Amino acid sequence: MEYFLQQLINGLTLGGIYALIAIGYTMVYGIIGMINFAHGEVYMIGAFIAVIAFTALGLLGLTWVPLSLAIVLMLAIGFTAIYGWSIERVAYRPLRSAPRLAPLISAIGMSILLQNYVQVLQGAKIKTLPPMIEGGLTLMQVEGFSVRLSYLQIIILLLTVSLMAAFSVVIARTPLGRAQRACEQDRRMASLLGVDVDRTISLTFVMGAGLAAVAGVFVTLYYGVIDFFIGFLAGLKAFTAAVLGGIGSLAGAMLGGLLIGLIEAFWAGYFTVEYKDLAVFAILVIVLIFRPTGLLGQPEVEKV
Amino acid sequence: MGALLQVEHLTMRFGGLVAVDDVSFAAADREITAVIGPNGAGKTTLFNCLTGFYKPTVGRLALRRPEGEFFLERMEGFRIAREAKVARTFQNIRLFPHMTTLENLMVAQHNPLMRASGMSLLGLFAWPGYRRAERAAVERARYWLAKVDLLAQADDEAGALPYGAQRRLEIARAMCTEPCLLCLDEPAAGLNPRESAELNDLLRLIRDEHRIAILLIEHDMSVVMQISDRVVVLDYGRKIADGSPAQVRNDAAVIRAYLGEDEDAALPEEVARDLQAGH
Repeated sequence: MEYFLQQLINGLTLGGIYALIAIGYTMVYGIIGMINFAHGEVYMIGAFIAVIAFTALGLLGLTWVPLSLAIVLMLAIGFTAIYGWSIERVAYRPLRSAPRLAPLISAIGMSILLQNYVQVLQGAKIKTLPPMIEGGLTLMQVEGFSVRLSYLQIIILLLTVSLMAAFSVVIARTPLGRAQRACEQDRRMASLLGVDVDRTISLTFVMGAGLAAVAGVFVTLYYGVIDFFIGFLAGLKAFTAAVLGGIGSLAGAMLGGLLIGLIEAFWAGYFTVEYKDLAVFAILVIVLIFRPTGLLGQPEVEKV
Repeated sequence: MGALLQVEHLTMRFGGLVAVDDVSFAAADREITAVIGPNGAGKTTLFNCLTGFYKPTVGRLALRRPEGEFFLERMEGFRIAREAKVARTFQNIRLFPHMTTLENLMVAQHNPLMRASGMSLLGLFAWPGYRRAERAAVERARYWLAKVDLLAQADDEAGALPYGAQRRLEIARAMCTEPCLLCLDEPAAGLNPRESAELNDLLRLIRDEHRIAILLIEHDMSVVMQISDRVVVLDYGRKIADGSPAQVRNDAAVIRAYLGEDEDAALPEEVARDLQAGH
């Protein structure tokens, strides 16, 4: 029971991070109907910015964690937003009316490009960050096994939940969110009502990139180790989460992310750590076979 | 009343096909101008040029408003709606089916709301200026919902509304962009006589109380003849008549285009003779 509880906490933390990345996949898919395979790389860049910024702030003598965390989050969101915007502008917008395969290839190319770009600039060796936020709460202690909830996990869970809530409000209630949903349903009609479709799509990329950056910062803090290749697996898992929840659905991405995190944590806890990725992707295959639209996805009804 | 829209020598070619061929006409402010013609006459192509979906091969589409002059053929689609203030509806309805009726009308007011909300950032924190703008937008939406008799369906999914209601909602949505020119592509298609009469009243209200010019493509002659101030007739991409409903109704070329005529009489005498001789 205690062990279960501990894995639940770990799974939720991990799942929150996946959910943040998955939202970027699902929103971009919703609005332009393509999988942005470079999205994992944006997350990786967010993680690198976190390492660089934390180190720089440390050198400047800023050691008060709440402030440095806030500054690092801002920097990471700002820079990755620029990356997100540029990726769309350079690699996808020119191909918007091309056959569907073209932007997909372009996305894979962009992903390889960004990986190599970071590898060249930052080196292939892993980067480490000493633990910044230590300590935590002991929730339960039974026969030598204690269930711990670290302060970092609390911060991650709180920020993730509030970001997801804020995001849902943006999509549901604000003019930008309405424009995004309108572009999703009928881009040309939206433009005839005066909606700047290009800008709406750009902002979607920027928002997705910002969330991925937050995920990148958290992962850096959580594991303390990153390299230029982390975007690949995290991106695939977040993509799996988006598909599991139903790609195109915001709530689905959040649910899918949490489920993937939980599956990974429980598999690693009860079975074998080595096969946790296998479990995650097996779930993807099973879901695609039995429910191709995902858990919360709407089946596309085609009128004849 | 001056001309609001001046279409000059508009030509639209698709490869070898000339869909619109050197058409010129003017649509006056605060009047209903109907564009009629048999199928394939180029009416919808004309609308597509007006709203920026096609770039005309040749020609000028000048919109003159007190605020300035806009050349629609040079503008991007969303700017035509945002700056030149031209709104349109479609022959096959294009609502946002998965949004509510009210939300459809809110999307049409995207630009003022976006400005008031500072790109939505302030909207998130319930900024007073944004709340005011949003209230005004909801107010306008409710006004038009009342006019098209859809107030009770404000929170229903637009895609689930009956056909006639969707047509009315599309007009309400176009009106929420606060246009100065409203282009309607067959608004009466598929409506029953009662609905069609209601549509006439709605269009008169838009013209007379809101003082907005309407450009109307329509096949239903009971609509066209009753409410139009001016009728432009196209056939095979060419303008064959232009005048008041009464003039157009009695125009020989129009009757020929619509009804066809006794074949022999329609042909020039020489041709008819040649044909006879050939037999």
